[in-house]
Amino acid sequence: MRTLLDFEKPIAELENKLEDMKRLAAENNVDVGVAVQTLEDSIGQLRRETFQNLTRWQRVQLSRHPDRPYTLDYIERMCDQFIELHGDRTVADDEAIVGGLGELAGQTVLFIGQQKGRNTKQRQQRNFGMPNPEGYRKALRLMKLAEKFGKPIVTLIDTPGAFPGLEAEERGQGEAIARNLRDMFLLKVPVICIIIGEGASGGALGIAIGDRVLMLENTWYSVISPESCSTILWRSRDYKEQAAEALKLTANDMLGNGLVDGIVPEPLGGAHLDFEAIAQTVKETILSTLGELNQFSPEERINQRIEKFSRMGVVQE
Amino acid sequence: MSWFTRKDKGIQTPTEAKREAPDGLWYQCPNCKKVTHTREHRALAWTCPHCNHHERIGSADYFSLLFDENQFSELDANLTSGDPLHFVDTKKYPERIRATEKKTGLKDAVRTGFGRMNDLDVVIACMDFAFIGGSMGSVVGEKIARAIDYALAHKIPFVMISRSGGARMMEAGFSLMQMAKTSAKLALLAEAKVPYISLLTDPTTGGVTASYAMLGDFNIAEPGALIGFAGPRVIRETIGKDLPKGFQSAEFVLEHGFLDFIVDRKDLKMKLSGLLEMLR
Repeated sequence: MRTLLDFEKPIAELENKLEDMKRLAAENNVDVGVAVQTLEDSIGQLRRETFQNLTRWQRVQLSRHPDRPYTLDYIERMCDQFIELHGDRTVADDEAIVGGLGELAGQTVLFIGQQKGRNTKQRQQRNFGMPNPEGYRKALRLMKLAEKFGKPIVTLIDTPGAFPGLEAEERGQGEAIARNLRDMFLLKVPVICIIIGEGASGGALGIAIGDRVLMLENTWYSVISPESCSTILWRSRDYKEQAAEALKLTANDMLGNGLVDGIVPEPLGGAHLDFEAIAQTVKETILSTLGELNQFSPEERINQRIEKFSRMGVVQE
Repeated sequence: MSWFTRKDKGIQTPTEAKREAPDGLWYQCPNCKKVTHTREHRALAWTCPHCNHHERIGSADYFSLLFDENQFSELDANLTSGDPLHFVDTKKYPERIRATEKKTGLKDAVRTGFGRMNDLDVVIACMDFAFIGGSMGSVVGEKIARAIDYALAHKIPFVMISRSGGARMMEAGFSLMQMAKTSAKLALLAEAKVPYISLLTDPTTGGVTASYAMLGDFNIAEPGALIGFAGPRVIRETIGKDLPKGFQSAEFVLEHGFLDFIVDRKDLKMKLSGLLEMLR
């Protein structure tokens, strides 16, 4: 059963109508070819109109679509083989972040990503994609492993934020993220980071320091979610649409401001409509980007990585 | 009902005749409510002589405490904020900045400078909570980055004094990337083996905790300072329970292994220079 967002409903209604028409025509042996064609055309037109003019808030909604592909959906489709690796070697294994070695078109790549759950039980198991410090420490452990064996790193980012819990504070959520930020700058292997859903603040950035940071078309990446921003600045959750507009948090905005390096196009209507297609696009993007990055020496990559992030910010002298 | 009636008769000072002490002569501690003469409070590095409450002070006060004879050269003093996102909430961002500049006399939420501390060369960056809650935007990130560049170029130890609510929402994505930028510079500083001391003061939370504040070779804090990633209110809402007493205090963070020690502000200069002396 598909979940429909408000702005997906008019399209779905037309699609249902089309199905009904086709079924009735078949049952009664009537030729409705022209009517079907007209309806298909208007569905196509409506879909284009809707999805070419999405508001920022609508993109946020799409990035959280319950049917949207998650990290393991991509890894499964992109890799010929995947061996998941667990644990931070200190406290626990955090299931909100998955990591492991994958075989991608004949080469070994280390994948890291936040993982959300598809149903209530999985969501609990994955903590809604909100990592604890152990998740960030596992990520760093695996990244250093990849560095040791000279394997490139791909991180897939999809989190509503690092978990704001009691134990997370006790075990140093801030320290875990901070250490990742610093140490990812010095990784000798290529690092590609792709926002595949939600990119919320430090929880996202904690695995998003890379030579190339890319965003899928219908994702968001910012310092705070529109809801929390609304609560703090407008003192009410009701201003989330305005907050989304003000935060300039879409892929287009972030690319325009030079804060990410590129946008990965999604199928019309969103990544959730075609898992195979989006996984293929992401795979091709990773392979071509790795090709680019392999032209540089580790020192050049590290310098460029530091330079790139050092340029970010707007000040007046 | 004797507590409603006055025991001593004849106390009838009319309101207009009540005498207030002149402003600025006495300091009342917000913690223990006891009163101290301002001069004494200043001499105690703005700590309460009764309960040792550390008053929230700003960069000017820290500089006067740490730099010998308050002599220092300020770096990038005229850097001010842009408005890359044309951010408007209940107020336009540039208006908010101008109003805060006027109110505080500051240009943004951090000041940086170099000078000598007990005869040791040192670069100090100190945040000002009075400027939009010490929030980190492009100016904060850039000034800290440049201060680290200076420390790196001259091989001078770097001291960061954090006091911040975290990221500055009005700079959204730009604000987030200041965490990355400052951490990148600290990676270079660490590679060059230049000492970095991070002092966390009340409060240090959010993106500041999750970047430069926690990356010191030495992470130290003032007593009682609130230190955390998520703020207490957010955590309370998430877990739906009251938080234990002392949660996220400097003492709690020390107990959990994320601080090297807690330092009384009266001993700060001596402790910092003593530590740097041992690394020479």
